[in-house]
Amino acid sequence: MNNAYLYALTGIVLFTLGLYALIIYSHLLRKILAINIMASGVFLQLVALSTRARPLLDAVPHAMVITGIVVAVSATALALALMLRLRDASGSAELIEESTE
Amino acid sequence: MTLLQWAFDGLLGITLIWLAWRTLASADLFKAIVLFIAFGLLMSLAWVRLNAPDIALAEAAIGAGLTGALLLVALARLNVVAAQTGDIESNTKQISAPEDSARTTAVVGQGVSNKHNLFQYFLVLMLSAVAAGLAYAVLSLPSEAPGLSRDVAENLNVSGVSNPVTAVLLNFRGYDTLLEMAVLLLALLGVWSLNRLPEQYESSPGLVLDMLSRLLVPLLLLVAGYLLWVGSRAPGGAFQAGSVLAAAGVLLLLAGWRPAARFLGWPLRFALIIGLAVFVSVALLMMLPGGQLLQLPPAFAGALILLIETAATLSIGVTLAALFYGSRPRSEQIPPHHTGSGGENE
Amino acid sequence: MSMTEFLTLLLLIAGAFFYIAGTVGLLRFPDIYSRLHALTKADNLGLGLIIVGLALQADSLTVIFKLILIWLLVLLASASVAHMVARSAQQKGIKPWTR
Repeated sequence: MNNAYLYALTGIVLFTLGLYALIIYSHLLRKILAINIMASGVFLQLVALSTRARPLLDAVPHAMVITGIVVAVSATALALALMLRLRDASGSAELIEESTE
Repeated sequence: MTLLQWAFDGLLGITLIWLAWRTLASADLFKAIVLFIAFGLLMSLAWVRLNAPDIALAEAAIGAGLTGALLLVALARLNVVAAQTGDIESNTKQISAPEDSARTTAVVGQGVSNKHNLFQYFLVLMLSAVAAGLAYAVLSLPSEAPGLSRDVAENLNVSGVSNPVTAVLLNFRGYDTLLEMAVLLLALLGVWSLNRLPEQYESSPGLVLDMLSRLLVPLLLLVAGYLLWVGSRAPGGAFQAGSVLAAAGVLLLLAGWRPAARFLGWPLRFALIIGLAVFVSVALLMMLPGGQLLQLPPAFAGALILLIETAATLSIGVTLAALFYGSRPRSEQIPPHHTGSGGENE
Repeated sequence: MSMTEFLTLLLLIAGAFFYIAGTVGLLRFPDIYSRLHALTKADNLGLGLIIVGLALQADSLTVIFKLILIWLLVLLASASVAHMVARSAQQKGIKPWTR
């Protein structure tokens, strides 16, 4: 048991929080933020668990997370552009539930 | 000393969770984005604590910096569209804003609120079970797992670089990085193929922003070059350097600078694909003397990695800055307002 | 504990004190202008003290130069950002707080 487990558990909480917000909120910008926070949780988890290779450094998860961060930013940019396109097309950046009315 | 470290790590973990919660729950979207940027900065502190300086650099530049800029400019465009599309739109906007903030307490309507509440409780229950299951899984893992660290350490001398992260990124797992470059390019193609977004720049950038960009851009270029060069033996590399380059681009775009129209055609396309093109050419070239795809010969590996990384840095920087700009810049026709206000500063 | 270590400790604690003072100002001051004032001024001094404290522990001149570069960059950034935030607030018509 070392400090890295603290970060692993933090990662789990971040992932769950993000998932909750992703389901609950209808505004797309909030959903994008939620996915980014989920991604941070997953990255934290990967790197925290890779510290079990001590004293050596397991560089593979590190490289994967760097790749992941860059992919996350490109996905975010595309998602934001889609959100703006939807806003132009439908007049709202929110997903409206049809069954609530 | 260890107690102090536990206290620090615990505090950092709690702050991260709290910031994430405030980001997701705050009624004001602008506030949410600013808190998200703060979250990214604290994440990079967490990476330092986890002994991952390479990721800390990438997170600080991309996770906190560029993602934050992308989110803020998207929010500004969202509001611009809301203001432009007339009374009906702005009315629905005004109605939807408080509704959105009330969503946490689920008072959308008295009739549905019970159902909504019930759903929320159920969701919280389910997600708590997921979190508990994940926590159990993590804590029951063996406390020592070398992973691939021994393989990386043993083969580091044939990789051409001495920073293990760069060795994995550009040599051992070159496939991942190659495809990642493709993902970056695809994301830009996706953004470009969507509608033309409203031009978004500071109406009056002001003297200070202008001066700041003049001072910082040369320094950012220097830092990008340094990170690229140092990446072979210390934290740094193509992605960190590329994101610093992109930060310079974003700063210039914010200060109202626009590249001259003649650079927006082929030169821009060239800069966008050079990273992927060089990477693919090198990968294919390795197959010629009976080698495997992406199998870098130890004798030239260092030089080849530097070549790939230099091209990749340029492409990553330009692609990320183009993603920030949003719509596809037109080289042939310049919008009429473009030449007049704040356009060509050259 | 050697003399330099003691001096480093002293400088770091002093720097942390200014950071806390700046943060208290950010949380407690009445309007955006005074909050910016508290934050940027106190933090710049706090960071300066911390940089000097860390420079005493540095192994080589390169590290000291890097530390000083960080300080200068943060000075530049915080001064410019404070100006831009205040300017934007003024353009929005936010009046400075008066007693």
